[in-house]
Amino acid sequence: MKSFVDLHMQPSVDDSEQARKMVCRSSALGYRLVGISFPLNVTRDKVRQLQSICTNVGIDLVTRLDLTSKTPGQLLHQLRHFRRKFEVISVVCTSKVIARHAAKDRRVDLLSFPNAIFRGQSFDRAEAELASKSLSSLEVDMAPLLSSKDFSRIRLLSTLRKEVAIAKKFGVSVAISSGATNVQFMKGPYDYAALASLFDMTAPLALRALSEVPLAIVKRNREKLSPDFVAPGIRLVRRKTGCTAV
Amino acid sequence: MRRRYLALRVLAKQSFNKSDVADAVWNAVLKLFGEYGASQTAITFIEYSSEKGWGILRCSHKTLEMVRASVASVTEINGKPVAIDVVGVSGTLRSLRERVGHRSKRS
Repeated sequence: MKSFVDLHMQPSVDDSEQARKMVCRSSALGYRLVGISFPLNVTRDKVRQLQSICTNVGIDLVTRLDLTSKTPGQLLHQLRHFRRKFEVISVVCTSKVIARHAAKDRRVDLLSFPNAIFRGQSFDRAEAELASKSLSSLEVDMAPLLSSKDFSRIRLLSTLRKEVAIAKKFGVSVAISSGATNVQFMKGPYDYAALASLFDMTAPLALRALSEVPLAIVKRNREKLSPDFVAPGIRLVRRKTGCTAV
Repeated sequence: MRRRYLALRVLAKQSFNKSDVADAVWNAVLKLFGEYGASQTAITFIEYSSEKGWGILRCSHKTLEMVRASVASVTEINGKPVAIDVVGVSGTLRSLRERVGHRSKRS
């Protein structure tokens, strides 16, 4: 049985009741791991509070940060500062310059394009080529698809179809997340897989985007953040105890 | 024609009657797939309990993914926010009732 992951839930961090409702619904829908987007200035107490909510429900919490940098310099500064503090880093690509810098940086896990329906702000071939050489994945949030109507939904579906086709062509993995801010826009993994067929993702590919792809990101980053990590492929097996310095 | 039965759970603050839910699903199918697509789905509402918010819908097995996507895309009924979950899919009504019954007992 697959372990499903929703890497992008956006409850208000200050409203613990809403966060609890969303975590409970995630668990009921069959997710085993959820990623909650935290603000830059989040305190450790808030993170611990959400962690205890998730533990009580029996779900694993992934700490996630969405970077909305305006310049490449700011992006690099934020990556340097926050990479080791959060398990998943996503870059909200609001301009081509940011998107290209994010796509080639190995510290970025997810590329998110919230304004993809506007001309020149979607995931293109150049970014796909850069992302295929680094380890970043394209993130598709489903909440905008559920909340949009009529012509905006048509445009969004068309853009998502193009983005997914480009990602497939260049071998960039796609991660599907809810992007939900409340329980109304949260759906089960098989419902998301059915919705993904609207932008030409096959059911096996969509289910992979909801389980294996996000799981691999989390596993890789947890290993890197572990104190035993030395370098890719090298880790500390055990520490010698009772060793005295010479 | 092979069929699929879907168990639905309507999550909302207020209750809706069978025709409200059926209209919402039909409208969603029409919006996403048009009249041609809707004509292939062969959707029929078998039963719906407005008190429990549970229902069973039947469709053609070839259009299961279309119907599932349409049901997932319903976010409001009569202007009220709502979420409809597909809690089970089966090829026969009896096995679906057994499965959903087990789940509702567990929860």
